[in-house]
Amino acid sequence: MIDNRTGPAAGDFRAGVPIRIAGVTKRYLSARGGEVHALDEIDLAIAGGEFVSIVGPSGCGKSTLLMLISGLIPATTGTIEVGGVRVKGAIGNVAIVFQRDVLLDWRTVLANVLLPVEIKKLDPVSHRRKAQELLRSVGLEEFEDKYPGELSGGMRQRVAICRALVQDPGLLLMDEPFGALDALTREQMNLDLQRMWLRDRNTVLFITHSIEEAVLLSDRVVVMSSRPGRIADIVTDDLPRPRGAHTRSDPRFIEHVERIRRHFLALGVLSET
Amino acid sequence: MTTIAVPSPATPGKLAFWISRNGPVLAIFALVFALWEIAVRALQIPDYILPSPSVIVVKIVVSWQLLLENAFVTLQEILLGFGLSVVIAIPLAIAVVYSRIFERVAFPFMVSLQTIPKVALAPILVIWLGYGIMPKVMVAFLISFFPIVINSVIGMRSAEKEMIYLVQSMGASELTTFLKIRLPKALPSIFGGLKVGIGQAVVGATVGEFIAAERGLGYLQLISQVRLDTPLLFAAVVVLSLLGVLLFNAVAFAERIALPWSRVATDVAE
Repeated sequence: MIDNRTGPAAGDFRAGVPIRIAGVTKRYLSARGGEVHALDEIDLAIAGGEFVSIVGPSGCGKSTLLMLISGLIPATTGTIEVGGVRVKGAIGNVAIVFQRDVLLDWRTVLANVLLPVEIKKLDPVSHRRKAQELLRSVGLEEFEDKYPGELSGGMRQRVAICRALVQDPGLLLMDEPFGALDALTREQMNLDLQRMWLRDRNTVLFITHSIEEAVLLSDRVVVMSSRPGRIADIVTDDLPRPRGAHTRSDPRFIEHVERIRRHFLALGVLSET
Repeated sequence: MTTIAVPSPATPGKLAFWISRNGPVLAIFALVFALWEIAVRALQIPDYILPSPSVIVVKIVVSWQLLLENAFVTLQEILLGFGLSVVIAIPLAIAVVYSRIFERVAFPFMVSLQTIPKVALAPILVIWLGYGIMPKVMVAFLISFFPIVINSVIGMRSAEKEMIYLVQSMGASELTTFLKIRLPKALPSIFGGLKVGIGQAVVGATVGEFIAAERGLGYLQLISQVRLDTPLLFAAVVVLSLLGVLLFNAVAFAERIALPWSRVATDVAE
């Protein structure tokens, strides 16, 4: 496993870590006392540096799967390996981006990006430079010293992504990161994310409700069914990169989107009547 | 009209702005006092019923030493009671947030205790603690304690689940999570509790002095009442109000220093 935390400065090629999920089931007690069967016998292997999206109806356990991989909550049965190491508790070398940006209101933009550097006790000088570079790459260099309260929703989520990437994570877990943004901002964020991923090549696991977004960004799209959450299909998506607005009119793009949409129709998530 | 204080280098502009902002309120006050003064004189109301503002002002000027001495005593009681509240309430709030036993037993118990009118405990405290400063400190403490502890608990619980996951995924310990997330996240709420608490502490100390005291502004009021020295009674009210405003603003000032980001947020909201 490559230790990305102590790697040399920017410019070198960093491979993301592989993930292996075998027979993972998750059950938990709901607030009312009933048992919820969130995930059932999930098997999935993700290569290092791969961009994989998960789409599925609400409540199919997508977010739960993400939390299991991060090690923040334990699986009921089955094993998860990240970078060849069995997950038993919070793993290092991972960064999470949520739908809510969860920026700390009391810290400036730059101090927010540097939060993981402080907590992980990484070298402050080189990471401060890296944080500034990241902010520049998403057009926020003028906002370093502002507080999050002064930023728009799209700007805030960009800061949250910089905060994730400043740690050079081998694995980036994203739970509907652009779900709260308007359509135009979202398209821009998709392109920004692709650009950063093509540069860093970390492994990305990306949850979304948007089929188009999944097909646009991913190497593979995992389609899940709900209650209990199972993998219904995996669509391999080898459209040429970098992808952009032109990709959406590619017949293969349309074909992939249709294939996933048919699954949702079959699952009853979408209904035409 | 916007209420953001636009920084202006020229002093006349600042003054004009201040007048345009506070002028109407000042005008209303001036009007009320003027009507009061005129009414008392025209209707020849005796001083022991309702002294005119000018009589009260003269009284304050003449008895400034007496008022100051007693204000100092009351201030001491307020600060000790309030300080005790802060020192006990905030650690207790941390215990409630982190300990299941405190959450399930101590916190509901405290909340039910809050239904007791604290002022009603003052005579008991006098029996236990005597005529000195202590019973007043205790009433001020009891009455200002609950808003602080409850607001602190609410504040420390207000961190989003994702925020906690986020720092845990970075390998943060519980102490780091508390210092970097829960505590700063709770500060606006804690200051809300402190602002309510300091006002309550003023009430507590004064009421404590009403019950049994040998010094203090509440005691001065009681004496003035017995002597039918109504102007002094009013003078004590004025000094007590000034004390309350001063203490509230001290807490508000500390809040502005401690929470520079919330000032930004409000400015943007406006």
